[in-house]
Amino acid sequence: MTLLDRLKPRPGNLRLWQVGLLAGIFLVWHVLTTPGLVPPLVFENDQQAAFFFGEPLKVAGRIWRWFVTEGDIYAHLGVTLLETVLAFGIGALTGLAGGLWLALQPMASALLEPYIKALNSMPRIILAPIFAVWFGLGVASKVALGVTLVFFIVFFNVYQGVKEVSPVLLANARMLGASPRQLLRHVYLPSATSWVFSSLHTSVGLAFVGAVVGEYLGSASGVGYLIHQAEGVFDINTVMAGILVLTGFALALDGAVGRIERRLMTWQPRGGETEKL
Amino acid sequence: MTAPALQLQDVACTFIDRHNPAARYTAVAGVSLTVGAGEFVSVVGPTGCGKSTLLNVGAGLLQPSTGSVTVFGQPLDGINRRAGYMFQAESLMPWRTALQNVMAGLEFRGTPPAEARALAGDWLRRVGLGAFGDRYPHQMSGGMRKRASLAQTLVLDPDIILMDEPFSALDIQTRQLMENELLDLWQSKKKAVLFITHDLDEAIAMSDRVVVLSAGPASHPIGDFTVDLPRPRDVAEVRTTPGFIALHQAIWAVLRDEVLKGYQQQLQVKAGA
Repeated sequence: MTLLDRLKPRPGNLRLWQVGLLAGIFLVWHVLTTPGLVPPLVFENDQQAAFFFGEPLKVAGRIWRWFVTEGDIYAHLGVTLLETVLAFGIGALTGLAGGLWLALQPMASALLEPYIKALNSMPRIILAPIFAVWFGLGVASKVALGVTLVFFIVFFNVYQGVKEVSPVLLANARMLGASPRQLLRHVYLPSATSWVFSSLHTSVGLAFVGAVVGEYLGSASGVGYLIHQAEGVFDINTVMAGILVLTGFALALDGAVGRIERRLMTWQPRGGETEKL
Repeated sequence: MTAPALQLQDVACTFIDRHNPAARYTAVAGVSLTVGAGEFVSVVGPTGCGKSTLLNVGAGLLQPSTGSVTVFGQPLDGINRRAGYMFQAESLMPWRTALQNVMAGLEFRGTPPAEARALAGDWLRRVGLGAFGDRYPHQMSGGMRKRASLAQTLVLDPDIILMDEPFSALDIQTRQLMENELLDLWQSKKKAVLFITHDLDEAIAMSDRVVVLSAGPASHPIGDFTVDLPRPRDVAEVRTTPGFIALHQAIWAVLRDEVLKGYQQQLQVKAGA
């Protein structure tokens, strides 16, 4: 095997390549924005690239000060995470309950269908100012915004999942003596879970969107508030740092959902369970 | 005289087309069918003649448009609690292991978990899956899934067993094995069985009586043959006996025209569509 072959992306060195790609992006960012390193290509002078895009070293320094030397981000991060988790939890649970209920009530679902469609196609971010008026500038208005985003994703997936339960499976469970309650618990719910989990990955991200956009539009704490403050004084490095921190935590939450999914969905076939030697 | 296990009297089923409420399709009409307690009755007929419809009526999953259904002399209302149903399609719950699937019916009926587990394990061993209780359906072969389905149905000890082409998806060797197993189980328990199949050989080899349905629409019984071959039978060996061949010829003479008729109708439907 030549050196070149060994360096090619393959399952064994995938992680290395992923980290390398990240490092590469930061390197390009660094080279293109640090004043004086390369002659200005697009801008009139070499200060402007740094002004518009920030400098990765200063961004890293900001994050370091937030988390280590000054340690002042934890309160803000705590608020944002609390809002996200609450919005996610409440939205997912109500979406699950609503989807199950409506899928099993054909008349109600026919009656409500145009309204649900309207609510879903409405750009719900626009509700943020209304929620701020209703619930104040604290945690509640952000949670409310996140819930409206999460609810519909989960709701539609559960609704679809219940609608697509195999009729043979249902008939079989009924012949085995399942009551309507047992059908719900042992057939509809497990059958809808795979749909629920695929929606949860999307909705974790949206819960974050709800929290941060809510903070951005009006609040006194949270990472969105920090970003908004920094933007007010054109401190692009802090804005970038805030974005990176949020991305990291969104990834972590998504990973947590994935872990729970793998534990609960052991019954699902996974492509190719053999090992190639 | 004891009442028959399952009796369909003058049953007709008319379906309404969901997309075109004016269009109606009468699957079966004027069907009277009796399965005595402990009797093994097969229903054969051309494809699409409404065999499964009849079974669903007997199971209580489908209300007949006209006619009546009685179970051990009682009129049937809702699901037939004394019947077990083995479906043609996959019917195991994919999120339950083989053991949990077999336990499901007992669990639904409120059997204590320990007792249910013991009974289900016992039945898994009887269908040869004793070592596979912790497998999920996707980890089992088609034949193993059918065995698990069989155990799932029989663990409830139903008085009537309804089977809708249960072995049609299996290869011929596995199929004969399972047919013999089913006959053994039936022989020891003597339940009433209503067995739907399109395979005449299978019907004769297994049954006490074979009922031939006409081609649809509005299909109805056009022949009723008593199979007086000695038991216990081996489904592979019985096929070569003179009695089997004579019966096969007699039933096939009735069935053949209907099969051709059914085939012609399907061609026409295709051409018209």
